[in-house]
Amino acid sequence: MSDLIKLTAAELGAKIAAGDVSAEEVTRAHLDRIAEVDGRVHAFLHVDDTGAVEAARAVDAKRAAGDKLGPLAGVPIAIKDVIATKGIPTTAASKILEGWRPPYDATVMTRIRDAGMVMLGKTNMDEFAMGSSTEYSAYGPTYNPWDLTRIPGGSGGGSAAAVAGYEAPLAIGTDTGGSIRQPGAVTGTVGAKPTYGGTSRYGLIAFSSSLDTPGPVARTVLDTALLHQVIAGHDPRDSTSIPLPVPDVVAAARQGATGDLTGVRVGLVKEFSGEGAEPGVMAVFRDTVEALTKLGAEVVEISCPHFQYALPAYYLIAPSECSSNLARFDSVRFGLRVGDDGRNSLEEVMSLTREAGFGDEVKRRIIIGTYALSSGYYDAYYGQAQKVRTLITRDFTSAFEKVDVLVSPTTPFTAFELGARTADPYQMYLADLYTIPTNLYGGPAISVPVGLSEGLPVGLQIMAPTMADDRMYRIAAAVESTVGTFTPPAL
Amino acid sequence: MAAISREEVAHLARLSRLAVTEQELDRFAGQLDVILQSVARVGEVAADDIPPTSHSVPLVNVLREDVVVPGLTRDEALSGAPDTAEDRFRVPQILADEE
Repeated sequence: MSDLIKLTAAELGAKIAAGDVSAEEVTRAHLDRIAEVDGRVHAFLHVDDTGAVEAARAVDAKRAAGDKLGPLAGVPIAIKDVIATKGIPTTAASKILEGWRPPYDATVMTRIRDAGMVMLGKTNMDEFAMGSSTEYSAYGPTYNPWDLTRIPGGSGGGSAAAVAGYEAPLAIGTDTGGSIRQPGAVTGTVGAKPTYGGTSRYGLIAFSSSLDTPGPVARTVLDTALLHQVIAGHDPRDSTSIPLPVPDVVAAARQGATGDLTGVRVGLVKEFSGEGAEPGVMAVFRDTVEALTKLGAEVVEISCPHFQYALPAYYLIAPSECSSNLARFDSVRFGLRVGDDGRNSLEEVMSLTREAGFGDEVKRRIIIGTYALSSGYYDAYYGQAQKVRTLITRDFTSAFEKVDVLVSPTTPFTAFELGARTADPYQMYLADLYTIPTNLYGGPAISVPVGLSEGLPVGLQIMAPTMADDRMYRIAAAVESTVGTFTPPAL
Repeated sequence: MAAISREEVAHLARLSRLAVTEQELDRFAGQLDVILQSVARVGEVAADDIPPTSHSVPLVNVLREDVVVPGLTRDEALSGAPDTAEDRFRVPQILADEE
């Protein structure tokens, strides 16, 4: 195993820029690691060996020509399979898109290429980003590098496992209800959900348009910030993109790494004080809060009374939007077509195609969404959920008048065993209990590893006001400076 | 809140263009019932005077200058289609021969 794969993205970028190592060597080291371990981890759905080596050589050529390279030029990255990548298979882990090669790049992907980063391949996920364990992938589950009998979280389990397993130093995920932070927490990686609208959704295969947010996954807070800086910023092709400058999250992460939080007020969410959570998770969380006070932060308890309704509101809003977004998979313009032998009507071909192409969780959510939006139930379900969204936003606004950030455990439990929750979908939904309020509000949040419970990683979630992404990075880096980082057992 | 019946699930599946199997109907009816009973809690809190929020970003229509820019070529647009004919998407037959 090459030592190169153990370096951080910041270190790799610096070494490549200085000519200490070539981008091609770095890329080949990671491709070798993928070849060595991915048969057991299954973080990737597609590995683009040829494209990666070509991209790395282009960076090396630029350096040789005397071009100044950016901080992440030549650094490899894994991309969640829900992001459109031109000419590279993109399936959202669904059979309905098997073999589809997008004719265009997502904006996030364009920015990654422009930064000179090297895409290794596409990572596994729950189908259309619906799930909390990556067991709902149509191509088989991903396994947690900490313990291959356990889930790596979801829906971005492939991205988190690739980073935790040293297959890639960086990855991109998408967070609709916690799909970057929850996998981050259970794999001991750092995962950030930027402010909604802070990163472009153009080229993201839509699940729930008012919630989906692409964001970075890495092994350190600084690496996460460096990737955040690359992908964030206004995009005129996304009407929900915020036309404001991106806060300097890299500077914030560097400032936080000094470990001084004097004058920072941290709010402890009273409603997330541990009911239903594993005792080991809560013990690590309490230790972390104590560590925050030692760094100079003032910690106060804050009540957010409507957070307890976030999960039900989310599981009405997200399926409603998904039932509409997934209507595009109609067997006509792209993807699968089943039953087109002249004996079935167009409507029957659509139904047969969608039946064959979608997995159980996707079907469940389409049906729930159709129900919640149907006449007679709209006011009782969807309408009420939208009002709850208002109440949750008010909770956040009121809290941020008193404190700089809110903190909670990222997840109520550590990585569970594969199959433990698939028979009971609502039990699976509880994995996102603490992460969902932020999605409904739109603000940024990050999960940073803070300890182990029975040998498995536990994450701290830090939530900040809208467009104050830098603030959460500062505090995350301070926490990291005192608790360190966590390495999984050798694979 | 009313429980969801197997027949309702079948109806919703038809509306959603999903040709679900009998076994799926049995399974989904029970699961969806649990989910809907759980999420019905949203009705407990929000009073009539609470305005709904559909989106965290205030949405405004985005217009660009009326300038021709390159889009996808015809070949690119058709590249992912399950079937094409004469440079067009080929869709399953909609009308029967006798119509």
